[in-house]
Amino acid sequence: MAAAGRIYLGLVLVFLYAPILVMAAMSFNDSQLYALPVKWSLRWYADLAGNQRLIDAGINSIVIAMITTVIAGTLGTAAALAFFRYEFRGKRLLQILLFPPIAIPWLITGTAMLLFFFWTGIGRGLHAMVLGHVALALPYVIIVVAARLKAFDPDLEAAARSLGASPWQVVRYVTLPFLAPGVVAAALFAFAVSFDQFVISYFLAVPGVSTLPVEIYTSIRKGFTPEINAISTIVIVSSMALLIGVTRFYRFGGDR
Amino acid sequence: MATVSVKGVSKLFGTFRALDDVSIEFDDGGFYGLLGPSGSGKTTLLRLIAGFEFPDMGAITIGGEAVERLPAEKRDVGMMFQSYALFPNMNVFDNVAFGLTVRKLPRSEIRTRVGEALELVELGGLETRRPHQLSGGQRQRVALARAIVFRPRVLLLDEPLSALDKALRTGMQIELKRIQREIGITTIFVTHDQEEALTLSDRVGVLRDGRLIQEGAPRDLYERPKSAFVATFLGDANLLEGIVEGAAIRLDEGPLVRTTAPLPAIGSRVTVAVRPERITVSPEAQTSGGEHNELGARVEEAIFAGNSLTYMLSRGGRKLRVFAQNTGSEPVSADTPVRLVWAASDTIVVEA
Repeated sequence: MAAAGRIYLGLVLVFLYAPILVMAAMSFNDSQLYALPVKWSLRWYADLAGNQRLIDAGINSIVIAMITTVIAGTLGTAAALAFFRYEFRGKRLLQILLFPPIAIPWLITGTAMLLFFFWTGIGRGLHAMVLGHVALALPYVIIVVAARLKAFDPDLEAAARSLGASPWQVVRYVTLPFLAPGVVAAALFAFAVSFDQFVISYFLAVPGVSTLPVEIYTSIRKGFTPEINAISTIVIVSSMALLIGVTRFYRFGGDR
Repeated sequence: MATVSVKGVSKLFGTFRALDDVSIEFDDGGFYGLLGPSGSGKTTLLRLIAGFEFPDMGAITIGGEAVERLPAEKRDVGMMFQSYALFPNMNVFDNVAFGLTVRKLPRSEIRTRVGEALELVELGGLETRRPHQLSGGQRQRVALARAIVFRPRVLLLDEPLSALDKALRTGMQIELKRIQREIGITTIFVTHDQEEALTLSDRVGVLRDGRLIQEGAPRDLYERPKSAFVATFLGDANLLEGIVEGAAIRLDEGPLVRTTAPLPAIGSRVTVAVRPERITVSPEAQTSGGEHNELGARVEEAIFAGNSLTYMLSRGGRKLRVFAQNTGSEPVSADTPVRLVWAASDTIVVEA
């Protein structure tokens, strides 16, 4: 059994990481035609440094993802707290309405947003992309923070109040420190949802202003170059480093 | 410190009447136990005094000041929660210091007062531990220190000992009583455990269905319960029903039972209660004077519990119970007809 389990685990890891590893290896291969054996070179990374379009798109992606993270993280945490603390009419319905946007295909959401933004005069561009990404990320944030809140003992807030803490002090010293791991996880989700987003960004981009996934797609259509492997490898390594750092720092679910 | 007074307080949750016109005076420096089954409203009353809920009717005063509209953080009331509610992200020192930190006291004073509080609950040296590194008993002491360190006017305890195992509980009862006396703080605590209420309190109030049905000193309540509910909720009681006949009660099944308690009008139906430990099981009929009651019964089972014996008896269709000290003599065996004997002064008349 143990051996079978180990083989199964091995297959899962291969399935997950093999394509990524191949891509990473090719980004260091001098040959444009993926000739083997790999001849090590940093040529594509040097090319990338000169590709202003990809670099601009990358900066756009990071800026949009950071703004999305801050807005969706704040709004979503506040919403999760409201769901946790208050009973109000239509609360159950609102909670149920959080899930469909996750299941609806992005192509449909994107079309709907494009129509709606056109019709309301919001239009396209960076601001429209931020709006769209916030709307997409919000349900994830609420769900992740709410999951953390499930383990929260309301007596903690009551205790802080009886000890003389003002409502603001209760949130600052008791509620937020408890929620922090959940909020950080939710923020990562929001960042990832925005940074990975292709369809909606594609619909809402205007010429000259696009995001990394949109720019990569455009370059592939024009003809694939290993520069794409290079930038993808940079993205993968930096996002993995970020995730590992955060999980090590917070030991999710491990603090009581 | 301060007296606390609750006057005509009612609290509704939707259509459920959690408290119904409750009035209680809590003496300055007293230890008052609120006792009742779950759903009796005892915890609601505590939360109203703490300021987590507001009454729909009635007044609450602390030291003469009306507080029923003040939020919890303005009431200056220390509370210890059933779950202890220690802040998991803070160590013992910061937990205890919390009430002083939010009041922005100078750091040196905080250090002195936290030190004193931890000394009082005998937890000196554990300042840097986190709550999850403490035993149940230690957590409880931290919760207590945190609730008293800012010198509140009143201390509220919600089921303070229910999370501890039995051996620890007895020790903590004595400890809690010592600390309460030492600082002389008005203390109100909630429990469903009658023994805990009797042991700890100077006064006990029994709540049922949102109403205060009886209050008094623990001995008063035990010796003179005014209802079958209080008689059976506080300790154990054998209940017998009958009709008042002269200065005694004619039981439905015939025999006459004497009492020294005042009786309602002749012909009224009453219920009497007799504590199981006040009855003697005797194999043969006594030549009893007028001061004693005697009733025939049959032993169904004698349960041996080391220092005591419990006799389960039946009389007609009625089950009765008697506690006897283990005096070394042979217990009466099952199926033996016996006489149950008790003093007239041990017949408690409870309402019909």
